[in-house]
Amino acid sequence: MTATTQPTTGEFGRARKRKEDARLITGRTRWTDNISLPGMLHIAVVRSPLAHARITGISTDAAQQLPGVHGVFTAADLGAEGISLPCAWPITADMKAPQAPPLAVDTVHFAGEGVAIVVARDAASAADAVEAVEVDYEALEPVLDTETALAEGATLVHPALGTNRNAFWVFDSGEVGSGRSADEAIAAAEADPDSIVVRRRFRQQRLIPAFMEPRSVVVDPTGEQLTMWSSTQVPHILKTMAALTLGLPEHKVRVIAPDVGGGFGGKLQVTPEEILALLVARRMGKPVKWTETRSECMLAAHHGRAQIQDLTVAARKDGTVTALKVELMTDMGAYLRLVTPGIPLLGAFMYNAIYKFPAYHFACTNVFTTKTPTDAYRGAGRPEATFAIERMMDELATELGRDPLELREQNWITHDEFPFTTVATLTYDSGNYEVATAKAKELFDYDGLRAEQQRRRKANDPVQLGIGISTYTEMCGLAPSRVLGALSYAAGGWEHASVRVLATGKVEAVTGVSGHGQGHETAWSQIIADRLGVPFEDIEILHGDTQVSAKGMDTYGSRSLAIGGIAVVKAVDKVIDKAKRMAAHLLECSEADLEFHQGTFTIKGSNRSITIQEIAFAVFAAHNYPDGVEPSLDSEATFDPENFSFPHGTHLCAAEVDTETGRVRIRSYVCVDDVGKVVNPLIVEGQVHGGLAQGIAQALFEEAVYDDGGTLTSGTLADYLVPSAADLPHFTTDRTETPATSNPLGVKGVGEAGTIASTPAVVNAVLDAVRHLGVTDIEMPCSPQRVWRAVQSARGAVKSTSEHTTEAAAGGGLGSIDAQGGAG
Amino acid sequence: VIPSAFDYVAASTVDEAVQALSAAGEDAKILAGGQSLVPVLRLRLATPTTLVDLNKISELRGIRDDGDAIVIGAMTTHHDVINDPHLAEHAALLALATRTVGDPQIRHRGTLGGALVHADPAGDLLAPVVALDAEMVIAGPGGRRTVGAAEFFVDLFTTAVGPDEVLVEVRIPKKTGWGAHYEKFNRVAQAWSIVAVAAAVRIEGSSIAEARVALTNMAAIPVRAYGVEEALIGQVAEAAVIRAAAEHAAEGTSPSSDGNADADYREHLARVLTERAVAAAATTAAGG
Repeated sequence: MTATTQPTTGEFGRARKRKEDARLITGRTRWTDNISLPGMLHIAVVRSPLAHARITGISTDAAQQLPGVHGVFTAADLGAEGISLPCAWPITADMKAPQAPPLAVDTVHFAGEGVAIVVARDAASAADAVEAVEVDYEALEPVLDTETALAEGATLVHPALGTNRNAFWVFDSGEVGSGRSADEAIAAAEADPDSIVVRRRFRQQRLIPAFMEPRSVVVDPTGEQLTMWSSTQVPHILKTMAALTLGLPEHKVRVIAPDVGGGFGGKLQVTPEEILALLVARRMGKPVKWTETRSECMLAAHHGRAQIQDLTVAARKDGTVTALKVELMTDMGAYLRLVTPGIPLLGAFMYNAIYKFPAYHFACTNVFTTKTPTDAYRGAGRPEATFAIERMMDELATELGRDPLELREQNWITHDEFPFTTVATLTYDSGNYEVATAKAKELFDYDGLRAEQQRRRKANDPVQLGIGISTYTEMCGLAPSRVLGALSYAAGGWEHASVRVLATGKVEAVTGVSGHGQGHETAWSQIIADRLGVPFEDIEILHGDTQVSAKGMDTYGSRSLAIGGIAVVKAVDKVIDKAKRMAAHLLECSEADLEFHQGTFTIKGSNRSITIQEIAFAVFAAHNYPDGVEPSLDSEATFDPENFSFPHGTHLCAAEVDTETGRVRIRSYVCVDDVGKVVNPLIVEGQVHGGLAQGIAQALFEEAVYDDGGTLTSGTLADYLVPSAADLPHFTTDRTETPATSNPLGVKGVGEAGTIASTPAVVNAVLDAVRHLGVTDIEMPCSPQRVWRAVQSARGAVKSTSEHTTEAAAGGGLGSIDAQGGAG
Repeated sequence: VIPSAFDYVAASTVDEAVQALSAAGEDAKILAGGQSLVPVLRLRLATPTTLVDLNKISELRGIRDDGDAIVIGAMTTHHDVINDPHLAEHAALLALATRTVGDPQIRHRGTLGGALVHADPAGDLLAPVVALDAEMVIAGPGGRRTVGAAEFFVDLFTTAVGPDEVLVEVRIPKKTGWGAHYEKFNRVAQAWSIVAVAAAVRIEGSSIAEARVALTNMAAIPVRAYGVEEALIGQVAEAAVIRAAAEHAAEGTSPSSDGNADADYREHLARVLTERAVAAAATTAAGG
């Protein structure tokens, strides 16, 4: 089953440069903020500086008087007090869900929540007017820590709910029957001298998706349909949800996602601002635009991760794992957004990963805090799961004195065991962990680096070397609709496509997924070119406009190719079926006598043939076609997958840790990923590189930090450290190809794999470098200070920070620059 | 965000700029390269009533050899500082530090004078000019005056340049044949220094004849590490000597704490980075 990459002669598998890049890179395209309509007004949002406060007064008079201001509105002014932003994933029947108005009503629940909006003739006037709106607050105690939020007498984020607990969700293999009871297995291991039980707590810091294009929305109420352009990943979901949220007839709403500059899950949302733009446009009868600043984006767009993970692993002392128990405390933030409570569930089935745990228990407790709501961020639940289990396998190896790679190999599913149904009830269709790992080890020089590590340890080198491993799998291609239904998700996971063959033989293919940087236009064209036998250049991919792409479930969860691409294939196959009927009619033969190759139907054993383009024109003319057949080749298909896809791979990281400063330098990074068959290796490479960058960023750089008052202190890109190419190593990437068996192309997803796999590889490497000094854990991100303190602490030489007085402000961040600052 | 409204004056001479500043009063700001000011304006952390733009004043740009000093016009860009042969020969420390500022786009817009007058304690060009005993020439309504680097930096974001004054040029006494190194510590490449150390040494024979060490972001203003310098002078430039001297690096500093580093960690970094900076400077000096 497993093959290494082969050169290709067709379009499928060709490393084509992306056809959309010229317009995207030069910016000569339509981003939402580039759209300007006659008479358009601009919205700006007045946001709360406090995390938790009662609104005691809003004075809009001064703002109303400013030139260019058309209106200043509160929730009451807009009649929006009763509106609640949608949450599509009620994970349990008794889940507690607060009302989530688009603007705060009476009380603000996180710093950055909208309190009022200004509508003005231009963006500058709106920005001035925001500063003139006076809001009086009565500060309430912020709720910042998920554990204390559940304590008796804790301040409640939403008093009407009576608790800060949103939901409690459990999976237990003993109850489901997919394995033993984990609690029993752990208890047995504790009583067994030949077994070991390892418990660890990990912390998933809060992250900010940090997509390149800030969010933007334009609404035009002047047509028969209310038209919304939005920088969104999910135009179809947005259309339906906007209609449901505001009680609009769905057929009166059109949503367009033009070119969208990245999302990473951060634009898988129905935002307060989208709802506000609809309300204001309808009220004022004029087009309106809202475009956020980067600071607003950091503060108010949803965040990701934010979990505390308690893991228990039981194993026999020979290394065989016998039980896994996972208990999560997950921070919802102040409100439930579109899929907020379900994010940990996307990880629930992946903690057992590639290992044959016979017993598994998963429980998550979702908790409200007065912070920015959390929701999907690249990987969504699965990076958390992969991090925890891959860190845990290293911890188990340490406890047992085993090589961490050998221990993994001892417990993973072998290639001859596929398809394999896991203790979490998923059936992994295909994979070959042995081949990917062997290849990665060879590219990495695993043995050579281990030898160098020993030399550095013996020499007590100030720069120590560590090796980190992540042998991951993930579930993607969201998702089989029935599975989503079983998980109480409100919608399905199918995807739709239609293919139109034009009179001149050119092809327009409409896809229901909504690319925002993935390269769908190129990849889909490659698939169609091969399958239909038309030139790559003759194909146009249409998407993102609900008037053109009427049906779709959009782009997230590495689903576009494995679901949306397959819908395209199914639609193309229907086109070929219809064309075949026409070809038989025109060539006066039976369909059974025809063979189809590279766009041409030929009567077997003859030189009589007809091309798809000739058939297209004949159908267009419709002068001569069989009775009872519609004169059309156009076809559509809806594909609902029967299973997820399960990419896997082995990531190896060598990290140098400067024990004098705590600085981590990634010396080399090797990953061998198996994403099944590959349509375009360049696109896969790009996805892997970007994914690695974001996963490494979690390990070393990024964190959304709140102070004790609930203020986001990492609110600019000067403080929230998104790494650039200069901060990342050269990536050595390679692939194995074990085709997925769940779809006709054999493809798996690749959009999230790099992010999911890389974080534990890096942290494991950092710890491996300093573990011999006595360091047992370092919280993410592994900043130089954290690493240095961990080493100092292990050496018993740490100094208390409280001995040192703290000056009011440090240099080195925009937030530190005050109005008295000098000129630059 | 969009900056709040302001008046804009594009001065074509230093005198015009000074007049415009005098006329505008306290709430005027000077626009040089704009690499710090524009973000501050966009965040509305500053809301000046008038911006006086120096970009059209050609006399403020350029680097010249003035005998015993190299003179750099205040509006000279970082890119030009990095690539100037006079500086490479006579004041390499400044060029080395400037290489670490921002990215190529920023280095083509940002200016030496702008960075110095902005006086961000984490800015990378403050410590080098202090280490090099530079002199700043400031123009005001009453004419020009010269201020030594040690007196130039007054406090956080505050220099000796008054509200109606303009920094005109920076004079750096030649340090020909000195070894130099700027050791910068930050978390990502495009970030301010958490701590950095500017070091320059002159070697005679195998001994350190002169040494200059100054620290970035270890106080509200750049700190000259006199204790380190004294411990180096007259000593053989070897690892043990440098390590012992670097132990003095945090003396007289008052570092702040922030999300990247608490004060004690900054003090520790100052010692480690000083050792590395001096060792590297000594190597380049000895190696010619």
